[in-house]
Amino acid sequence: MTGIARQSRGQERALTAGVVFAIVVLSILPMLRLVRELVLPGGTFSTAAIDAGLASSATWVATGHTIVVGLGGTLLAVVLGTVVALVVTLTDMRGRSPFILFYVMPLMIAPQVTALAWLQLFGPASPVLKLLGIAPPLGTRNPLYSTEGIILLLGVQYGPLVFLLVRAGLRKLPRELIEAARAGGARPFTVLRTVVLPLMTPSIMAAAALAFVSCVGNFGIPAFLGIPANYLVLPTLIYQRLAGGGPAVLGETAFLSVLIGIIAMAGIVTQEMMSRRRDYRISSTSLPAEPYELGRWRLPVQALLWLAVVLLLFLPLFGLLLTSLVPGYGIPLTAATATLDNYRFVLFEHEAAGRAFFNSFWLSIAAAVFAVVVAIPIGYLIAWGGQRWVRLVNLCVELPYALPGVVLAIASLLLFLKPIPFTGIQLYNTVWIILYAYLARFLVLALRPTVSGYHQIDRALEEAAQVAGAGLFRRMRTIVFPLVAPAAMAGGLLIFMTALSELTVSALLWSSGSETIGVVMFSFEQGGDSSYAAAMSAITVAATFVLMLGANLFSSYLPNGVLPWRD
Amino acid sequence: MAGLSLAGVTKSFGDYDAVKDVSIDVKDGEFLAVLGPSGCGKTTLLRLVAGFEKPTGGEIRIGGETVSSAAASLAPERRRVGIVFQNYALWPHMTVAENVGYPLKVAKVDRAAAKKRVEDALALVNLTGLGDRRPANLSGGQRQRVALARCLVAAPSLVLFDEPLANLDVHLRAAMEDEFAAFHKRTGTTIVYITHDQAEAMALADRIAVMDKGRLAQLATPRDLYREPANEMVASFIAAGIVLPATVLSAEADGRCRVEVLGQEALVRCRPGEKPRGKANICVRGSEIEAVEAGRPGIDGTVRRAVYKGGSARLEFMPSTAPDRVLHFDQPDPGPFAEGVAARLAIRSGWLIPVASAS
Repeated sequence: MTGIARQSRGQERALTAGVVFAIVVLSILPMLRLVRELVLPGGTFSTAAIDAGLASSATWVATGHTIVVGLGGTLLAVVLGTVVALVVTLTDMRGRSPFILFYVMPLMIAPQVTALAWLQLFGPASPVLKLLGIAPPLGTRNPLYSTEGIILLLGVQYGPLVFLLVRAGLRKLPRELIEAARAGGARPFTVLRTVVLPLMTPSIMAAAALAFVSCVGNFGIPAFLGIPANYLVLPTLIYQRLAGGGPAVLGETAFLSVLIGIIAMAGIVTQEMMSRRRDYRISSTSLPAEPYELGRWRLPVQALLWLAVVLLLFLPLFGLLLTSLVPGYGIPLTAATATLDNYRFVLFEHEAAGRAFFNSFWLSIAAAVFAVVVAIPIGYLIAWGGQRWVRLVNLCVELPYALPGVVLAIASLLLFLKPIPFTGIQLYNTVWIILYAYLARFLVLALRPTVSGYHQIDRALEEAAQVAGAGLFRRMRTIVFPLVAPAAMAGGLLIFMTALSELTVSALLWSSGSETIGVVMFSFEQGGDSSYAAAMSAITVAATFVLMLGANLFSSYLPNGVLPWRD
Repeated sequence: MAGLSLAGVTKSFGDYDAVKDVSIDVKDGEFLAVLGPSGCGKTTLLRLVAGFEKPTGGEIRIGGETVSSAAASLAPERRRVGIVFQNYALWPHMTVAENVGYPLKVAKVDRAAAKKRVEDALALVNLTGLGDRRPANLSGGQRQRVALARCLVAAPSLVLFDEPLANLDVHLRAAMEDEFAAFHKRTGTTIVYITHDQAEAMALADRIAVMDKGRLAQLATPRDLYREPANEMVASFIAAGIVLPATVLSAEADGRCRVEVLGQEALVRCRPGEKPRGKANICVRGSEIEAVEAGRPGIDGTVRRAVYKGGSARLEFMPSTAPDRVLHFDQPDPGPFAEGVAARLAIRSGWLIPVASAS
């Protein structure tokens, strides 16, 4: 018996060891390296980097800005997202699915593309305003180059994030709780105030914490809107320092990135504490609530929601599209002047842009495929492993994504600045360091749907194979993988879409020859070539949208809720 | 084919003992039902035998070979047991034939032989010709049969059933019950059958193990379980027997003894060697209670409620000497009892529940 038992335990151990190795390399190592740089630079204990950082006034100004736009953006996102979630979930509005598809889309579009689109809408060169004949004279400052502008766009970008979480919470709300209040004579707004909103507090808080972390760590929006106005937040301050000083200032930027991490964590801790103050647990499960009839308000409410989609998505994207057709800055767009030259230029003529498309495509595909392959065994341990330490595994995988991307980028730089010990392989200044950072950062995007896929599969399916005599690896191959693959692949798709026009990480890690779409877009915009940046953005938005619709075709094979844009 | 033996098996989750010191010997070819209310530990027991859980203490042997002990546990895939899961656990991405043939594929049986055995197994459960279907296109009863075929095909030494009829409707249940019985007769496989349904257990099993709070309450044939429950839990759980406090007046003679219950004397069945004692309990069935005319010895009281149940009536009888000890029992309808009337009952027979821990 012992020999056979050993063989089957051996497979389990091999799986566990592989998972632990992946997590150490992708999650624990970079974080430890960052902390070491801060307190043990060069191997000896020193607080010099911290002291220098604390003494610099730029640190404090940027920290202040970060907190202001973080809180402002969060507040706007929570209000927008919660109101939309309440209306969409609790009323009998029509056309829910297309509305959700479009409302969630800003989340799938890279922040710098959102920023670029809105800039094109309001600037003096705005083709939309010019068409309407209300464009301000050239040289006028774009009103979005301001604190309010950054807050507005952060709110627009992350409102859908709040929407998704609050909607998920609302769907779990047992309908009896609402029906009991109605039977007790409560009118709709009383039910909302006394039952729905109190019970949704944990969802709203969790959404607010997530939105706060996203706002604080966002690079694209403050980079496009803040840098021209010299309004720096911590991620853009790090970018500027690193762009100006190179590896020499890594210690200083390590301090700044840990500072962002602390601000982000403070948001999460606050949420934890607030949620614990009262017991919001819902004990029963049931069908979701019957929607309220809007009656004669139905048309106005629908019109309002669609107006929001037009203002928040269509108009900016329209501006982006028009800009991408303009032959040069400030030239009015007419049927005669419209041109596809910008597309031709970025796709076929500009060398870096061509490279960027190539790099971003294969980086995204590699990150997605790798994450799917790794997420299946990790998800197996988390969902079905039953060991006590799996919660820790989950936390470790969540961390690189929960922390702002700048933190991981700096950690990767520190980790690979010198060649990897014993092998001499140099990742710094190559495209591979970007791939590493993508893998570490986005793994959780594949893991979450995979774990929820596991939870929707009856474990007995695996146990049946086990009593049929199949060892762990065979079960993984013949039973587990086919069952959970659709969910994991949906996660892979999310990774592909997110990584395709990613900027935060690659802005800090790119080098000549390893440009990404986001980096080239950013440098076009900084150089004043908005039309080229707009053309690149339009291509990625179109690709994203096609992928979203394409994935919808396969949604019947997927567990519920893994495609955020699908109802 | 092999027997199963559990010796002092305990399984704790933290402080909670899901299974506590259970010892059962299942003979080769025997059909054992494990019966108990939900949360009694019967599913944990099945998972221990299958190897999905490792015991905290004790030992499990299959066909004489130790497969589980606190020190070591043979992986489930090496135990050669078959399981029929409650929800069938058919793999949706495989056809019926692929589902059934999986254990053979794992065992690297050559293709032609495997095909033959899959066909035989499907024929045995009356599913010939459905091999190419997907599980999603089958009815509940058919899925159940596929699960049965899959577990048969590898000729396991021991088959475990985990509440296999819980998800089927009443009519299908009776039919599947007959099929399980026929299956057992045909193959002679040792079967451990987990259920919470007494009728199912009684109809199918050679012996029934009643579980309560993780412990084995009694292991006996269906008839003994009903007639001679070993303790109060089994007495009240099986067919909702009435448990009444009694004083034993005489020593056992001829398998019977005299007891005093609710102020009346009655002659009840008992174990050999019972001696007079106080604080005893007897188990009485509805059929052992009858109405007597005034003047004859009996228990006076009131019929508090009479619920017509189609062919019989469920009565609630409140004895006047002990109004808090309401008796619930069934009587054939029409009986002498009506709601609200005074009545006098006599206990014609019963079973003296033996002293605890003498099981």
